[in-house]
Amino acid sequence: MITFPCPEMPAEGPGVYEIRGLAWSGLGSIKQVDISLDGGINWAHARLHGPVLPKALTKFTMEWRWDGKPALLQSRAIDETGVRAADHRRAACRARDKRRLHNNSIQTWQVKSDGSVFNVQLA
Amino acid sequence: MSSWRSLPIAAAASLATVCAMAAEPPRYGLGTTPTAGQIKGWAIAVRPDGQGLPPGGGSVKDGDDLYASVCASCHGTFGEGAGRYPRIAGEGKLTGERPEQTVGTYWPYATTLFDYIKRAMPFSSPHMLPADQVYTLTAYVLNLNGIVDETFVADRETLPKVKMPNRDGFIWTDPRPDTRNTACMANCLQAADVKVAQTAEGKNLTPRTTGPLDTAMPQ
Repeated sequence: MITFPCPEMPAEGPGVYEIRGLAWSGLGSIKQVDISLDGGINWAHARLHGPVLPKALTKFTMEWRWDGKPALLQSRAIDETGVRAADHRRAACRARDKRRLHNNSIQTWQVKSDGSVFNVQLA
Repeated sequence: MSSWRSLPIAAAASLATVCAMAAEPPRYGLGTTPTAGQIKGWAIAVRPDGQGLPPGGGSVKDGDDLYASVCASCHGTFGEGAGRYPRIAGEGKLTGERPEQTVGTYWPYATTLFDYIKRAMPFSSPHMLPADQVYTLTAYVLNLNGIVDETFVADRETLPKVKMPNRDGFIWTDPRPDTRNTACMANCLQAADVKVAQTAEGKNLTPRTTGPLDTAMPQ
């Protein structure tokens, strides 16, 4: 889950940012976190920051040179057992009830060209 | 030549600097070992088998006034939930179109109820209730859910023995077959397929004044 930028802490114009976030798994420790800037088309590895412990929040960061164009930020975690966060399309198939509990799917932050950030769901 | 002579002095001076740094007391208090008292303040976890429950106790009967004064304004007189605050007791079922997740229908362990109230309730001022009052409210909420009768007294002996209705309802299914495929890194979607379907924009959902201000400005 990306914690910066986010709706409460928007981007302030083009420049260099550090994307920050937290990853966790109920099965073990986090092995890898990937970040997409374009809504899931391309992904890059984020840097994990210790301590990386089983079933514990794990901090991740990635440098982001923002050119000021609209972006769709996503993060996905992969844990030591190989389980990977699913996108919302797959998570919807797996949902056990309609109150959207157990929904740990990838969330999307839409960054608009003015830097404001909104939670969106992709089609 | 003079530079040759001054060399050992320079080396000695830098060594003295290193020693001075080592002797300097640690700043900011980082890296200190927590005291037993500090750990005790944080270690409030109560496990399903009751490990971690403190001494003390409380009865259903004592819960009337206490529940009315610290719980009912959000959770309702009978646990039915006020407004959008969580319902904690009721006639609903876990199965069906809109599953009702109350203490009675959902929670697998009564001991967790103690942990949760102690840790997080009342919502506006958590960690304020002494152990006896937490036991009292635990007993009262169990009674609201019809799990114990009105003579029940909650303490570290009785709570682990309470059998919750949904105790065996948590069936673990391994999700891995769903996600075992290799993580795609590039050109995973067609750009034309990336469309925003729903947005929180304009729905007034974002609090503007929560959390510390972030200092990560563009450089």
